[in-house]
Amino acid sequence: MIEEKIEARQRFDPKVWKKLLPFLKPFLWRFVLVCAVTILVALIDIAIPLFQRYAVNNFIVPRSTEGLGPYAVLYLLMIALQAFLVVTLSRGCISIEMFLSRDLKRAAFVHLQKLPLSYYNKTPVGYILARVMSDTTKIATLVGWSLLDIFWCGVFVLGVLVAMLILNARLALLVIAVVPIAAILTGVFQGRILTVNRRVRSVNSRMVGAYNEGISGAKTSKTLVIEDLNCREFENITEDLYRNTLRATRLNAFFVPLVTFFSSLAAALVLRRGGYLVMGGALDFGMLSAFVSYALGILEPIQQMAGIIAEVIATQVNIERVTNLLEQKCEIEDKPEVVEKYGDCFNPKRENWEPIRGEIEFRDVSFKYPDGDEYVLEHFNLKIPAGTNVAIVGETGAGKSTLVNLACRFFEPTEGRILIDGVDYRERSQLWLHSHIGYVLQTPHLFSGTIRDNIRYGKLDATDEEIEAAARLVSADSVINRLEKGYDTYVGEGGILLSTGEKQLISFARAVIADPPIFVLDEATSSIDTETERLIQQAISHTLVGRTSFIIAHRLSTIKHADLILVVRDGKIIERGTHEELLGMKGYYYSLYTNAQLGKARPGESGA
Amino acid sequence: MRKTLATIFRFSGGVKRYLGLTVICTALAVFFQFLTPQVIRFTVDCVIGTEKFSLPRFVVDWIEAAGGRSFLRENLLLIAALVVICALLNSLFAFVSRMSAATFAENVIKRMRNTLFEHTQRLPYSWHVENQTGDIIQRCTSDVEVVRNFVSTQLLQIIRTFLLITVSLALMFSMNLALSLVALVFIPLVTLYSALFFSMIKKKFAVCDALEGELTVAVQENLTGVRVVRAFGRERYELDRFDEKNEKYTNSWVRLGSTLGLYWGLGDLATGLQVISIIAVGAVLASRGSLTLGEFLVFVSYNHMLAWPVRAMGRILSDFSKTSVSTARIREILDAEEEKPEPEGKKPDMRGDIVFENVSFSYGDSPLLKNLSFTIEGGTTFGILGATGSGKSTIAALLNRLYDLEEGSGRITIGGVDIREIERSYLRRNVGVVLQEPFLFSKTIGENISIAAPGAKLEEIRAAAAAAALDESVMSFQKGYDTVVGERGVTLSGGQKQRVAIARTLMMKPPVIVFDDSMSAVDLETDAKIRKALREVRGSATIIIISHRINTLLDADKVLVLENGEIAELGSPAELMEKGGIFSRIHEMQSEAVSDLLIREEGEI
Repeated sequence: MIEEKIEARQRFDPKVWKKLLPFLKPFLWRFVLVCAVTILVALIDIAIPLFQRYAVNNFIVPRSTEGLGPYAVLYLLMIALQAFLVVTLSRGCISIEMFLSRDLKRAAFVHLQKLPLSYYNKTPVGYILARVMSDTTKIATLVGWSLLDIFWCGVFVLGVLVAMLILNARLALLVIAVVPIAAILTGVFQGRILTVNRRVRSVNSRMVGAYNEGISGAKTSKTLVIEDLNCREFENITEDLYRNTLRATRLNAFFVPLVTFFSSLAAALVLRRGGYLVMGGALDFGMLSAFVSYALGILEPIQQMAGIIAEVIATQVNIERVTNLLEQKCEIEDKPEVVEKYGDCFNPKRENWEPIRGEIEFRDVSFKYPDGDEYVLEHFNLKIPAGTNVAIVGETGAGKSTLVNLACRFFEPTEGRILIDGVDYRERSQLWLHSHIGYVLQTPHLFSGTIRDNIRYGKLDATDEEIEAAARLVSADSVINRLEKGYDTYVGEGGILLSTGEKQLISFARAVIADPPIFVLDEATSSIDTETERLIQQAISHTLVGRTSFIIAHRLSTIKHADLILVVRDGKIIERGTHEELLGMKGYYYSLYTNAQLGKARPGESGA
Repeated sequence: MRKTLATIFRFSGGVKRYLGLTVICTALAVFFQFLTPQVIRFTVDCVIGTEKFSLPRFVVDWIEAAGGRSFLRENLLLIAALVVICALLNSLFAFVSRMSAATFAENVIKRMRNTLFEHTQRLPYSWHVENQTGDIIQRCTSDVEVVRNFVSTQLLQIIRTFLLITVSLALMFSMNLALSLVALVFIPLVTLYSALFFSMIKKKFAVCDALEGELTVAVQENLTGVRVVRAFGRERYELDRFDEKNEKYTNSWVRLGSTLGLYWGLGDLATGLQVISIIAVGAVLASRGSLTLGEFLVFVSYNHMLAWPVRAMGRILSDFSKTSVSTARIREILDAEEEKPEPEGKKPDMRGDIVFENVSFSYGDSPLLKNLSFTIEGGTTFGILGATGSGKSTIAALLNRLYDLEEGSGRITIGGVDIREIERSYLRRNVGVVLQEPFLFSKTIGENISIAAPGAKLEEIRAAAAAAALDESVMSFQKGYDTVVGERGVTLSGGQKQRVAIARTLMMKPPVIVFDDSMSAVDLETDAKIRKALREVRGSATIIIISHRINTLLDADKVLVLENGEIAELGSPAELMEKGGIFSRIHEMQSEAVSDLLIREEGEI
């Protein structure tokens, strides 16, 4: 609804269009060619009534067939040329359209790979997807076809006017007199048609939404016995849609015949005046018929042009959406000299990469989130020797992931430095770091494909043996073998066909096969069945051996084994130490621990 | 073809007259459109030229009375006025025909949509389980849109083109036989050419659509899985995959576009050939004196007028298969049988004992419940424990008559009345079932809670929400109970959704409440809070809790342990614990896992 309003206020803004220019550059010559062809096509379209005039004057009126042969050949040649030009034109147009669409989509996709995760945290996927797919398509269609249509219309109208003025200025003026009236009418109607159409689209999307809800929620509706209520609400929407559609049709149904009417008016004027001229011998029959053709044919392109111009202005919104995406700042970028040495995320220079041991040091790090005003870390110092297991403990929303985000360089410190193996990680490429970190999320994401494909994502050249070994290492093999097709089981989009527990085990295998020296893990808390949960616990203990790791932990068994526990509260790290040390402090951790032990004593009445 | 039209026309009751009006007005519009060239012919031949008046007798008499040719020659304005009048009438009838066609089409479509929607609401639960939501939605939206395009645009075009051809042929044959034959040859040729072409490239269109779908999925997966992509540094791999799909999609369209371009070019060539044939044959005929200038001009303009509609006709014909596929898909929904209303059903007191007597139920070939018999005493709390697939949810569905028991596979009674004799809506209003994955409507939280109790006051809504341990969270939202949920508003966590669903059911104040694993995403403490609140607000209600969480079942009066559709254990929690069976084993495993938790968070599903 908000977007609707913005759209309604649109005016032509050249600044927006300028941003498209770099994308058009590769097609410059194609454009020139297409424009040249368009001019030829329009000229032939203008010439056809003149051929008709010739036929009238030389064959029909004098009742002769003399010269008919060469005339027919010439005519045939012309229409053959026209057909050839039309084929060339449409091929040119579609290639401009499709190549532009391809380039825009690619640019958006490439840019998206570089945008920080914080962008994804605040932007819904549907919103981004619409920009990458449909907005780019709309822009490309507009540039490929509509702009050219305008050009054709312009050339044709202008050409017809010139032709008429040359042939007979007084008759031409009669036709020209009608043009402005039609143009004004078109302008008036176009705006209203656009508004009404927009309203129809918005009601239509409401209807699609209602179907979505009515059908997705059908089971729930049955248990609540609200079917009648749903139907009534739906009928209101379709009634609204009906009324708006008819209103849009009425405008259209009135407008199109109106233009036709004005064409006929012009033709009538030509017929009257021209008739007198013919009778007076000042005009031949062929000219009269040519003029009638012009009068009938000149208004339609004008009407078309108005429609396309409205469309062009409407498409400005799509351009803005795409360029806004492309101009979205990459908050984290590798320095040019880093890219020079280590390559970027698409073209890594792995040969220059230093091996990594996994020692991480936060040195005097202060940090605030880009959209926050408060520092969540201030002058934080922490040295994690390679192979240390770090557990991060805290309540929901306490800010446990901040440290992980910083360590993984999903965010960079506002002040201070983070050193990996003693070197500021900004001196290395992001890809270098990411390639050495294994990351398992609480709600794991799988890609559509088989289980095997998903595990292989961690190591693209892995053999089947390696994949199965990785699965065994994290105890995922028993679960996978239980499935009918084993490793070739199709997991569905986002892994939807598997249970959360199964997805988690597979994401472990995927992380392990890459054999990363640093491991980041968000421990699951959601209730999975008891057996799978045990497997996951096993998987965790297997994967952590010999790796530097961060675990956002909930389970005492995991936490107790950690070399270092960081306790987070209200976004800040308030305690750190081993389990025993922290208990000895009798602080926040101690109170968490004793609460949990109380809960254990009375499981049935926990918290009641 | 007949089936397709029958499906469409079944929604046309009461508006068929608009279709009639459309045909009449289109015919008139076409007639006046064709009259203009005739006026020009008359002017050229008989007014300016010296041909005999080739007009109906009475018109000739009328013109002669007014002063004949010389009168007309002095008053060409009359001729011009005639052209304008023809144009005016043409415009008028075109307007009326489009409006009446739209009225017809939009009415048909509105009814089709309403019927489809209402039908989906009335279709049985099992139908919704068996059919994929996305597929049904697509049929109700995209397929209906295809039908709408046919009824609102193509139908009018077919009528118009048919009338155009008939009227123009009639007029042409009345003027000149030979030249008419030339035109007549081209009409079926061009139509056939178009139809063949479009049915030929239909597959290519489908390929392009499929490739676009693949590209979209690739981008979408990259976006939803962005954290995984980054974590593994797979940007290059993703870009390569994207490029491959993008390239394929682009090339397939470019190829299709070239073919389309060929079609347009050849179409233009055909039109051009038609005109030059008319000119050539016309010239020959004129030289023999059997064609006048006016007639020639009429032929040329008629052929121009016919060119586009005839070409479009081919496309419409080939598109018709699309329409019939869509109507067939819609028909599949419409033909599914609805739940039958039972106005005569009983409305007994629902507070009595609920008795399952030898209940068996199978879904497809797999038996879910095997000869179950047990009693749930009125006013008590009854727990059901079972693993996934043990058939526990089936019990809830049966109790609410989302599924009906077949004859001979036992019966379920409430207060002694077989539930198949109870009016379905009465039963569902009195047996409140909270589903595990409840659906929230994209309305405000307040509206969602009161959806089954229209006109409820805010205090009542808040009381129900409080009982579901939800009031506090809702009040923490900026707009409180006016917060919109779903796509256009706030996304709730799995646990919050379940709690809204619980509050919503409590609003119905049903004498029987069934929680079908409906606190699975709520953390243990909140779970306990809800159960405590429930004890206060339940009154005399019978409560059935289905869960895989032992804690939740501990304060039930009786617990049934279900295994493979059979009763494994039945008794009070204390008895079951003592017995040392499944119940006590799971209890042990779960409390171990629970006590291992340092901090409990509300997980999401």
